Amino acid sequence: MNNAILIIDAAYFIAAVLFILGLKRMSSPVTALKGIVWAGAGMLLATLVTFATPEMHNYLLMIVAIAIGGGAAWISGKRVKMTDMPQMVAIYNGMGGGAAAAIAALEFARMFAQGAKLEPLVLTLAALGAFIGAVSFSGSCIAFAKLQGLMNKAFRLPAQNAVNVIMLVLAIALGAAIIVLPQPAAWMLIAFFVASLVLGVIVTTPIGGADMPVVISLFNAFTGLAVGFEGFVLGNPALIIAGIVVGAAGTLLTQLMAKAMNRPISNILFTPITGEAQGGDSGVTGTMKEASALDVAAMMRYAQKVIVVPGYGMAVAQAQHKVWEMAELLEEIGVEVKFAIHPVAGRMPGHMNVLLAEAGVPYDKISDLEEINAEFAQTDVALVIGANDVVNPVARTDKSSPIYGMPILNADQARNVIVIKRGKGAGYSGIENALFYCENTRMYYGSAQQAVGDLVTQIKILSA
Amino acid sequence: MEGIAALYIFMLSAFTGYEVISRVPVILHTPLMSGSNFVHGVVLVGAMVALGNAQGPLEQAIGFVAVLLGAANAAGGYVVTERMLAMFKTGDKGKAGKA
Repeated sequence: MNNAILIIDAAYFIAAVLFILGLKRMSSPVTALKGIVWAGAGMLLATLVTFATPEMHNYLLMIVAIAIGGGAAWISGKRVKMTDMPQMVAIYNGMGGGAAAAIAALEFARMFAQGAKLEPLVLTLAALGAFIGAVSFSGSCIAFAKLQGLMNKAFRLPAQNAVNVIMLVLAIALGAAIIVLPQPAAWMLIAFFVASLVLGVIVTTPIGGADMPVVISLFNAFTGLAVGFEGFVLGNPALIIAGIVVGAAGTLLTQLMAKAMNRPISNILFTPITGEAQGGDSGVTGTMKEASALDVAAMMRYAQKVIVVPGYGMAVAQAQHKVWEMAELLEEIGVEVKFAIHPVAGRMPGHMNVLLAEAGVPYDKISDLEEINAEFAQTDVALVIGANDVVNPVARTDKSSPIYGMPILNADQARNVIVIKRGKGAGYSGIENALFYCENTRMYYGSAQQAVGDLVTQIKILSA
Repeated sequence: MEGIAALYIFMLSAFTGYEVISRVPVILHTPLMSGSNFVHGVVLVGAMVALGNAQGPLEQAIGFVAVLLGAANAAGGYVVTERMLAMFKTGDKGKAGKA
């Protein structure tokens, strides 16, 4: 073992330690910012030292690729609005999966060119990593496109599950052929990647609504695993450790999220929530009653306690600053204001927390589902801003509903419910919301930013 | 690397990942997902080694794509995570165990 290799191995070891400590620190709000800096230092160290790997060439290509890929991602990451973060995480994650798949592809191409087979175990892991990485890549691209609004909400093929299974079997069969056959044909290699990519696309397209964050988290875990497997193929411990740690952490995170929604992961993937699944009328009856900005402002101005339930609509409208301005105004008057956050509100878990933190809302004003659900009954006004499925009482009452059993925020138990919503349509999942038809509910139509701005004006007038 | 040694690394890493994330407040779920997304950006290192050993235009092209994607994962993952976590900097009321 020469000195260069010794130094490289030592650097990878330190990088792995920094990754784990960094992740650990990221799991507490006090140390979180330091955590990412530590992990970043590990990444920088690992990347720089890799240039010193003996017997490498193509340095120019390497630097150009890093400059283009890293530069574009850095700039886009800096520029993107806070509300668009979820899809950025999805797309960067997809790129990681694509990179893992490409590493496997390169190994296969070399194997094909030299006519020499890799060890069966190595080959199996390479194929597994390629499969998982490719699914994560194409799936994450679809997730990005959907969240970015580039794609129709939910699109189901006829016999979707059968098609999924066929594609899965096809990909596995091709992968097995590559591993088992003494001399796999080039078309098999190409077909293997195509089948994996198509699988990622068709699995993700029908998924929508509150299931999206779970899927992004699942793909994150997938990419981690793929990276770990390719690390084994390359004999690189930094990749193995970082990849598998993320694979395990991501799997747990995915389970936590799925549990919060009371939907097993298999349900999310194979029986996605769509409006049509509900069939005909599900007993949601009554009429929606409209309220004006003045009505709503007065209701809150003279309330004792207001609970704000933010959802994706608040994120889209960038209304978090206005919402906090309104909350501060109400507090000055003496109204108690709290924020209730459903575990999967928005498009990612914690999405709303991040936005409210950006607006300057202190932690202690923000409560999660278990903490606050009992308080709705003693609340004068529940102000639902652009949230839908997470406050839909059919989840408690209607067994035929696809979201039956999902824990929801009991906003309907408040004395008055105000729903700020852009239009009369159903939510992202396409399910009618019984809350909107409740006796104590008033609809206040408008884009969240404008609507809350009007409320601020009206409350000021009322308190003058 | 010895197959069995790698297997041990697999197992220990899996437990580590599980432990690290088992106690995390909901408010950090998104940043943590983003942070772990950044960590698997280390695939860049593997991609560099793969490209460094690539021969012929096909292998070079695939390696180039691998490095490009890996670099995007690492750089983008870092920036986005850092931006999210920067918002927790102020007003820390010591509520680490909350939620």
